[in-house]
Amino acid sequence: MRNLVIGGVLVGLVVLAAVLSFFWTPFDPVRVDAAHRLLGFGGSNLFGTDKFGRDLLSQIMVGARTTLYVGVVAVGIAAVIGTPLGILAGMSPRWLGEFVMRVNDLVLAFPALLLAIMFGAVFGADTLTAMVAIGIATIPSFARIARSGTLQVMSTEFVLAARAGGRSRLTIAVRHVLPNISGLLIVQASVSFAIAVLAEAALSFLGFGTRPPTPSWGRMLQESQELLTVQPRLALVPGIAIAVAVLGFNLLGDGLRDRLDPRLAARV
Amino acid sequence: MIIEVRDLERRYARRDVHALRGVSFDVEAGQRFGIVGESGSGKSTLVRLLAALDKPTAGTVSFQGRRIDDLPERKLGFLRSELQIVFQDPMGSLDPRMRVRDIISEPLGRREPDRVAELLAAVGLPEDAAGRYPHQFSGGQRQRISIARALAPNPSVLIADEPVSALDVSVRGQILDLLDSLVEQFALTLIFVSHDLGVVRHVCDRVAVMRRGEIVELGDVEQVYDTPRHEYTRELLEAAPNLRAELARLSGGDDA
Amino acid sequence: MTLSVTGLRVSSLVRDVSFEIGAGARVGLIGESGSGKSLTALAIMGLLPDELHASGSVRLNGHELLGSSEKDLSRRRGDELAMVFQEPMTALNPAMRVGRQVTEPGRIHGRRRSAEELLDAVGLPGTARAYPHQLSGGQRQRVVLAMALANEPSLLICDEPTTALDVTVQAQILSLIKTSLPAESALLFITHDLAVVASVCERVLVMLDGEIVEAGSTREVLTSPKHEYTRKLLDASDLEARR
Repeated sequence: MRNLVIGGVLVGLVVLAAVLSFFWTPFDPVRVDAAHRLLGFGGSNLFGTDKFGRDLLSQIMVGARTTLYVGVVAVGIAAVIGTPLGILAGMSPRWLGEFVMRVNDLVLAFPALLLAIMFGAVFGADTLTAMVAIGIATIPSFARIARSGTLQVMSTEFVLAARAGGRSRLTIAVRHVLPNISGLLIVQASVSFAIAVLAEAALSFLGFGTRPPTPSWGRMLQESQELLTVQPRLALVPGIAIAVAVLGFNLLGDGLRDRLDPRLAARV
Repeated sequence: MIIEVRDLERRYARRDVHALRGVSFDVEAGQRFGIVGESGSGKSTLVRLLAALDKPTAGTVSFQGRRIDDLPERKLGFLRSELQIVFQDPMGSLDPRMRVRDIISEPLGRREPDRVAELLAAVGLPEDAAGRYPHQFSGGQRQRISIARALAPNPSVLIADEPVSALDVSVRGQILDLLDSLVEQFALTLIFVSHDLGVVRHVCDRVAVMRRGEIVELGDVEQVYDTPRHEYTRELLEAAPNLRAELARLSGGDDA
Repeated sequence: MTLSVTGLRVSSLVRDVSFEIGAGARVGLIGESGSGKSLTALAIMGLLPDELHASGSVRLNGHELLGSSEKDLSRRRGDELAMVFQEPMTALNPAMRVGRQVTEPGRIHGRRRSAEELLDAVGLPGTARAYPHQLSGGQRQRVVLAMALANEPSLLICDEPTTALDVTVQAQILSLIKTSLPAESALLFITHDLAVVASVCERVLVMLDGEIVEAGSTREVLTSPKHEYTRKLLDASDLEARR
C-alpha cells in the first residue's frame, strides 16, 4: 500500500509538471539570457539558471514531457509486441519456442543505442525515432520474461484442468496466463522505464534524441558535465528529477503488482 | 465398457523414460475403479492419457467405443464434457487469480450463476463462496471447489487423482464421503488414483496395482487385498502403516 | 531429563506447551497442519523464522536453549541436538558429494568417523562419491539420518521424515530410525500418521491449535483416548470402519 502511495505521488509530481508546462512555466525555457547566467538557487529562478541563462525549473517542467513520452512509448511498444511474442513462444511446441527465443537473443544482443543511431540516420534524429528505437530494443526483455512466466503457468494443474474443461489455447492464454504473469510484466515495465529514460539521455547527448533547444532531462544532465566541479547544481537538478521519476515508477510498479494479486490484496 | 485401454505406452524420448510400458484394462460404466501405485509407477501419466491431455507413443484409449488417443484437440469436445478430473494439489489446481464462480463455470464456457449455486450446494459450500478467491479457503474446501468444477459439465466419468493426499487426516474422510455420495447421486463412473492403499480399499470395487509403468495385478478389491497374487502387491500391503494392526498389538499388552 | 520444555509460546501459534523427554525415550508429537508441531520443533532447535519469537523455557541437558546465542546453538546443533526434516529433495547440498556431506557434522564438532562407516550404518555402502541427485528420495533421507546420528545426539527430532516417501521406502526408513538410534538418545518424532507413531513411539503428545490436548503412553492415548480431538483423529484414520 505504501509503495503504491509513494510511487503514485512521485509519478504524479512528474505528470503534474509535464501537464502544467503546456500552460505555464516560470520563464521561457529556451530563451537565452546572457545577463543572468549561472545563477544559484532561490531568487526569481527557483533552481537557478544554466550557462546560457535559461531557467532550470522551466526546463525541468518541459523536460518532464520528454521523459514521460519516451518512457511510456518505449515501454508501451516493448510490452505490446514483446508480451504476446513471449506468451506464444511459451505455449508453442518446445522447438518453436526455443527458436523464437534465439532470434530474440539476437535482437537483445544488439546495442540499443546503436540501433537508435541507425534509426536516427535513416529516419531523422528526433524524440520519436529515439522512442521507437529504444522500444524495439526493449522488446526482447519483455518477450523473455513473458515466456518464462508462461512456461511456469502452463505447468500448473489449473491450466491442466482448463484444458480438461475444453478451453482453447487462446482462452487459456488470455484468462489464465496473462493475469498470472501480470506481476512480472509490471515489474519489468518499471525497470525498462528507467532504462529507457537513461537511454534517451545518452542519445540526446550524442545528438540523436531530443534536439536542442527542446529541453530534455537527459541532455541537461549531459551538458552539466563540463561545469560539474564548479556548478554541481546543474547536474543535481536534472539528476534528482530523473531519480524521482525512476523511483516513482518502480514503486508504483511494485505497488500495482501487489494490489492486483488477490492473495496479497486480501491481507490489507 | 465405458473406457478401454489397450497396450498403452508412453515414452519420453528426451529423458529416455518409459513411463508406461503396455497397459491394458477396461472400466465399466458405474464402476469405482482404483489405480494404486507409488512414485514412478506411471499412474499420473495414465491419468493424462485417459483424459486425452497427452498422446501415447503406442496403444489405444477408447471412450464409449470411440478412440480418443488419435484425435486432435478440436475433435475432443465430446470428451471434455463427459470426462472430468479432480487433481491432487488443492492450491495448484485452482487459478489463484480467479473467483470461485469463474473457476467452477469455466468448463461451461460461460457464467451460469444458477448452475454455480447448484454445484456449491452439492459440494457443501455456502453460496457466498462464489465471490471469493481460492486462497481464502482451507485445503478441504478447495478440493470441494475442484469437485464442483469437475461436475459442472455433467460428466459421466470422474477421475480423481490423489484427491485427498494433500489434505489433513481429519478432513480426508469428509471429502471421500462427499465423492462417494456424489458418485451415487449422479451415477458416475469413478477412477480413483492413489498411493494410499487404505483409501483405495475404502472407495473402490476394482483395483489395478501399478509398478514402473505396468499393471502387476488387477482384480476386485476384496480379492486383491485379502489374497494378493503378485509379490509387489504383498510388499505394498505389508509396508503400509496399519493402524488397526498397531492398535491390536498395543491392546495386546506390549508397549512399542 | 534430556529435554525439558516449559510454557513454550511462539506468537499465537504455539501456546503454553510443556513436556519432558528423558534419555532414551521415544516420544511422538501428533497434529495436523496448523497445530504448531513443526514450530515447536523449530523453537527447540532455535531455527524459527525471524518474524516469530519464542518465549518460555527449553532446557537440553540442563542448558537453557531459548535466548541462547546463535554461536552457542550452532555448537549444539549437529552434535547434541539433531533434526531430520520432511523433504529429502532439498535437504542436501546438490553440489557436494554425499560422503563429504555426511562427515561434515563430524568435522565441525571434532569427532571423526569415516564416510564409509557412517553410510554403511544406514544401509548405503559404496555411495560416498555419489551426488545427491543420483540418489532416490529414500536414499537421501538415509544420508540425512546418517548426518543427524553422526555425533550420537542426545536428542533427535524427526519432522514427518517419511511423509514425502513411497510407502515401501517409508517402512524401511522407519525401521532404520528404530534400529540405528543409540539407546541413550531421545527421539521426538513428529507426524500426522497415527499408525506410524504407534509403531515408533512409546509416548505420544497430541497437539491442536498450538496446545497439547492429550499426553500419555501410546497404548493409553490410542486405545482409550480421552480428548475429543484424539478420538476424531483415530476415527478419521481408521477408514475401514466407515463403509
